[in-house]
Amino acid sequence: MLLWQTSQTINFAQGEFVMLPAFFVLAAMKFGGLSFPIALLAGFLLALLVLGLLFKRLVVDPMLRHGVLPLVISTLALAIFMKESVKEFYAAEAQAFPTLWATTDLTIGTAAVSAQSLVIIAVAVAAVALLQYFLGATRTGRQMQATAQNPALARVLGIPVERMILYTFLINAALVALASFLISPIYLAKFTNGETLGLVAFVAAIVGGFNQVRGAIVGGLLVGVIDNFVAAYWSSQYRGAIPLFLLIAVILFRPQGLLGRAEERTV
Amino acid sequence: MKSKWIGSVASGMLALCAASVQAQQTVNMPIVIELSGAGAVSGTNFRDGALLAIDEVNAKGGILGRRIVSPVTDTQSNPGISRAQVQKAIDSDPYVILGPVFSGSVKVNMVLAQQAEIPQFTGAEAADITQMGNDYIFRTSFGQQVSMPKMANFIRDGIRARSVAFLWVNNDFGKGGRDAFFKEMAARGIKVVADVSTESGQVDFAADVVKLKASNADAVFIYTNEEECARVLREARKQGVKVPLIGETTLIGQKVIDLAGEAANGAKGHVALTADAPIPAVLAFRDKFQKRFNYLPDHNGIKGYTAVYAVKYATEKIGKFDRKLLAKTMHGLTIKPEQEPGILMEATWDAKGDIDRISFLAEVVGGKQKVVQILPKLGK
Repeated sequence: MLLWQTSQTINFAQGEFVMLPAFFVLAAMKFGGLSFPIALLAGFLLALLVLGLLFKRLVVDPMLRHGVLPLVISTLALAIFMKESVKEFYAAEAQAFPTLWATTDLTIGTAAVSAQSLVIIAVAVAAVALLQYFLGATRTGRQMQATAQNPALARVLGIPVERMILYTFLINAALVALASFLISPIYLAKFTNGETLGLVAFVAAIVGGFNQVRGAIVGGLLVGVIDNFVAAYWSSQYRGAIPLFLLIAVILFRPQGLLGRAEERTV
Repeated sequence: MKSKWIGSVASGMLALCAASVQAQQTVNMPIVIELSGAGAVSGTNFRDGALLAIDEVNAKGGILGRRIVSPVTDTQSNPGISRAQVQKAIDSDPYVILGPVFSGSVKVNMVLAQQAEIPQFTGAEAADITQMGNDYIFRTSFGQQVSMPKMANFIRDGIRARSVAFLWVNNDFGKGGRDAFFKEMAARGIKVVADVSTESGQVDFAADVVKLKASNADAVFIYTNEEECARVLREARKQGVKVPLIGETTLIGQKVIDLAGEAANGAKGHVALTADAPIPAVLAFRDKFQKRFNYLPDHNGIKGYTAVYAVKYATEKIGKFDRKLLAKTMHGLTIKPEQEPGILMEATWDAKGDIDRISFLAEVVGGKQKVVQILPKLGK
């Protein structure tokens, strides 16, 4: 969504972007002999390099000048390439990913709450708050917003548009790496993980509003809660279908998304 | 011009002779197996077990003097692809086909092997595979009709549960297991208070474990494939499930323990095969396997390994490479370790291709599978 706002990039490899950093960490531990914390740092930096800088320079920049559709198709190809590369060069089987914290429970009344879940929520909230602060309260963040709203005018005002777009790609890479490190201990690291994650993320962004950060957050929460409530209290067989029904309903009745704003474009 | 023509014919004939000599010196045993997709853990173990046995047999001169050649193809855990791969294997004129492991794949491809009269040694466990009148299908592990009664007895006598919550994977393996499980529970008066269906390859089990917890069952029975088992164990640990988590071979195999980490501790159940069985031959196999592939095998490794030795023993018994005669010989055959050490444990195949041998009750303690009891062969 950040990428779409600043550079009209629709990334259908976003799920694979979440899958890959976990394998960077595992590879750093297995082949580099690094300890988990160092490997985590190495994985994070590698994600910034490969999924941020190289993705922009090698895929987005050359393809975007031919229009959005060729870029979309390129990201689909990139998703397959990343998936098959992990399968070929690391493993086709799921891999255990070390937990960042002890898997203990906190008992609140009669409910047992996992410390793991609390840490995930805390990190997610902190990341969103930090991102909002960065975009809204810092000079660079405001320049990025200006770039997103009107790149031509931003350039006239002296904003280094290309650098701002690069920052967006780096932020995207940092966020997917964070997501990867948080969910891989639960879902296990596997080359196919991106298939599910990418679809859910895309649905969440459209439901919430493709042009608003808070829209994506609300969309993600809504899809996650509905998915789990349907599976727990109705039917686990239909859990995958319900978010898609929601997607269809939103596209039919509120195409800009629940919190998105309608955009007009010259065609 | 004439001499050129004669030269071409001569070199062609030489090539044909060379190919013929090579074919005579080898026996083709293709492995059609899950190397990616949901069955990758099972398939990789099966393949590696088979390759280990093949290398051992070849090092000792092969079968009846012929080296085994064993091309490996990936079904991607997809029944349609598995059917195409089995057809491709059949086109290469194999002596036997090894694999696949996934029941759904075996159900759609075993007909091809049957029509071509090629014996197929599978790791699949769905009960109905050997009930379809196919004389060319042979199991390398128990079918569900054998394992579920043993499991049910364990739930009644070992766990002493009066109610149980059942989580299963919605594929042929899971459906077959569910039918057999419900039948055995009803026969023992144990109530199934939750019936939770999950998908093959599913990654998020939060809602499913909520259902299991809400059922207030005395025990939870988990019947999915290996990777999903590990995810369920992790989620159950995360949600603080306190009742016993029990399952079949797929729940407490070493690969699942590796993936689930400390969340696997305390899981228990009945295992048809285990590389941790307190049997010297099995432990020696485990060590050889680990040394060669750098990971501990699970039950599927034993399936692949023993399948090759079963073919070797039966072929040497009949004294020639005859596919129809091999299939006929396998029915009713008992192989003892003293006759063929590679079989690891005494095994008997019945008229339908089902296997019978000893099995185990086991528990995960400190990240390792610990066998607590050995159950005798059904036929004893």
